[in-house]
Amino acid sequence: MLFSKLSSLWLALAFTAITFTSCDKDDTTPADSVGGVDIEFDNVVGNSPLALNTGNYTTAAGDQFTVTTFNYYISNIRLTKADGTAYVQPDSYYLVSQADDASKHLSLKDVPVGDYTGITFTIGVDSTRNVSGAQTGALDPSNNMFWTWNSGYIFMKLEGTSPQASRGGLLFHIGGFQHPYNTIRTISPSFNGTTLMVRTDHSPEIHMQADVLKMFASPNQIRFANLSNSMGGATSVQVADNYSKSGMFTVAHIHAN
Amino acid sequence: MLLVLPAFGLAGLLTSSCHPDADVQPTVTVPGSVLPANFPVPTYALETNPPTQQAFELGRTLFYDPQLSRTGEVSCGSCHQQFVAFANADHRVSHGVANRLGTRNAPALQNLRWKSNFFWDGGPKNLETLPLAPLTNPVEMDETLENVLRKLNADPDYPRRFTAVYGTSPIDSYQLLRALAQFTASLTSANSRYDHYVRQEAGGTLSASELSGKALFATKCATCHSTDLFTDGSFRNNGLDRSFAADSGRAHITRVASDLGLFKVPSLRNVARTAPYMHDGRFQTLVQVLDHYDQGVVDSPTLDPLLRQPSSQFGIALSAQEKSDLLAFLATLTDEQFIKDKRLAERQP
Repeated sequence: MLFSKLSSLWLALAFTAITFTSCDKDDTTPADSVGGVDIEFDNVVGNSPLALNTGNYTTAAGDQFTVTTFNYYISNIRLTKADGTAYVQPDSYYLVSQADDASKHLSLKDVPVGDYTGITFTIGVDSTRNVSGAQTGALDPSNNMFWTWNSGYIFMKLEGTSPQASRGGLLFHIGGFQHPYNTIRTISPSFNGTTLMVRTDHSPEIHMQADVLKMFASPNQIRFANLSNSMGGATSVQVADNYSKSGMFTVAHIHAN
Repeated sequence: MLLVLPAFGLAGLLTSSCHPDADVQPTVTVPGSVLPANFPVPTYALETNPPTQQAFELGRTLFYDPQLSRTGEVSCGSCHQQFVAFANADHRVSHGVANRLGTRNAPALQNLRWKSNFFWDGGPKNLETLPLAPLTNPVEMDETLENVLRKLNADPDYPRRFTAVYGTSPIDSYQLLRALAQFTASLTSANSRYDHYVRQEAGGTLSASELSGKALFATKCATCHSTDLFTDGSFRNNGLDRSFAADSGRAHITRVASDLGLFKVPSLRNVARTAPYMHDGRFQTLVQVLDHYDQGVVDSPTLDPLLRQPSSQFGIALSAQEKSDLLAFLATLTDEQFIKDKRLAERQP
C-alpha cells in the first residue's frame, strides 16, 4: 500500500511535469526576442494566376484543362540560418485552398529573431498525423481532405476538366504515406541569396509561387488521355515526384517589411 | 485501486490541458475502464480519451442514433447488435440505407482498444477516425460529415450534452469522434468462462472436452488467433478462393500484389454467436469453418504458408473428435456478461 501511494505521488509529479512542458511551447524564448513571418502562396499556371473554373490552360505537352478545385497541405515548416541552426514551427499544419484567399496567407508567430537563409517544408502531412485520432483546424476531416476508408490525408487535390481526359474530368487526389507508395515530399525552395531578417519590429513576408503546370511536366510527363484520375498508388507517386522535383514551389521574392 | 484512481485523474488533467475535453471526472463505472489482467497493453490507452460517465453516455446515444445516416434509418447499432457481440446477426453482408448491400460481413465490435487498424482490410488506422468510413460509405450510412454535424447542432438535446463534456460549441468533428470513441473503446469482452479459467476466478472450470479443445487450439490455431485477444492482428489468406476479383482484401489498401486475398485475422471471442463467418459471411456455422480448414483450403500464390502442409496438402487436418473438442472450447469464449451488459444497450425511451 505504501508503495502504491508513493508510486501515485511520483506519477503525479511526472504527469504534472509533462503537462507543463508539452503545452507551454515558448518558455525558452522570451517575448521580446521573437517576431513574425508571413508566407503568401500564389497559385499560378505558367505565367498566369490560377483562376478556378474560368481559366483555360494548356500543359507543356499540349493538353487543355480547367481547374475547379486546388488544395494542398503545407506542414512542418522549418526556417534555417546560415550556421545550420533552425527554427522548427511547432504544430505546423496549413491547408492552402485556392477558393479561400485567407488560407493562402500563413502567419508564423513567435519566430526567434535572427537572419534566416532558407526554408524547408513538407507538401502533405507527416505519417504520424495521418494515423492520429480526431483532429482540429487544418487537419479536421471536415475539410474533405481525409480518406475515410484508408486513413490518411489527401496531400494535394486538383480537380477540373480536360477534353483529353477519357471521361472529361480531372481527379488528382495525391496522398498515401506507406511504402511503396509514399507521397510525402519535403522541399527546400531557395531564397535566391536573400536573407529573411526576423526582428521584433519586422515581420518579413515570403512570397511563394506554386505552378500547377509543373505537376504534369517532369520528370513524369502526364498526358490526361492516359491519366486523369489518381487517388494514391503508383500514379500519385509520379505526380508527387513532379511537384517535389520540378520546382513547382518557388520563392518569388521576400519582402523585408 | 489506490494506484489506478490517481493515475486516472492525472491522465485526465494531462489531456484536458492540451485538448478541449472539459469534463475530466474520473469514473470506474464506465464499462471497459478497468483493463483486463490477461490482456496485453492496449493501443488506444485509457489516458488517450479518459473514460467519463457523461462522455460515454454521449457516445452511447450517438452509436444508436439513426440520425447519423442520410435517411435516418441506419445507426451504428443497426449492423452491430449487442446480443451477437456487436456483429450483425444472420447477415452475410450488412444492409445500409435504402436497403443497399455492403460487400463484407460486419465484424463483432469488441476489444477495439487493442487494435491498431480496423476492417477486414485494415484501412482505418485509428479508433477515433474509423466511424468516418461507415458514416460516409454510400452502401452504409451514406451521409456527409458536414450534414451529421448540422443535424447534431440542430438537435434539441445534443448541443447541451456536448457542451457539458467538451466545454465549447458548436459541436465539431473532434467532439463527435471523441464521444463515439468513448463508447466504442468501452466495448471490452473479457468475462467469458475461458477468462475466469485463465484468471483462476470463480466459475472458471472447463470440462475435459473443453480442455482438450484448448490444448488443440494452442497447437493448431493459436499462431494466428494468438494471445487472449485471440488474434495476432495480421492479414492472411486462409485459402477461401483461388482468385480475388470479388475482393482483393488487404491489397485494396496497400496495392501490393503479395497482399491479394489477405484479410484480417478476426478475434474468436464470442465466436459461437457471431455467425455468419469470413469476410463475406460465406459460412453459416462453425462446423463449416472447421470443415474448411480441414478439407476446403484451396491454393493460390498468396495462401498463408501455415496452411501448406509438408505432405503438399493444404489446410489443418482435424478429426471428428478434434473438431468436437475445438467447438466445445470455442464456446467457452462466449461472454454473456458483455452481450447482456445493460450499460452497453440502446437506452429505452
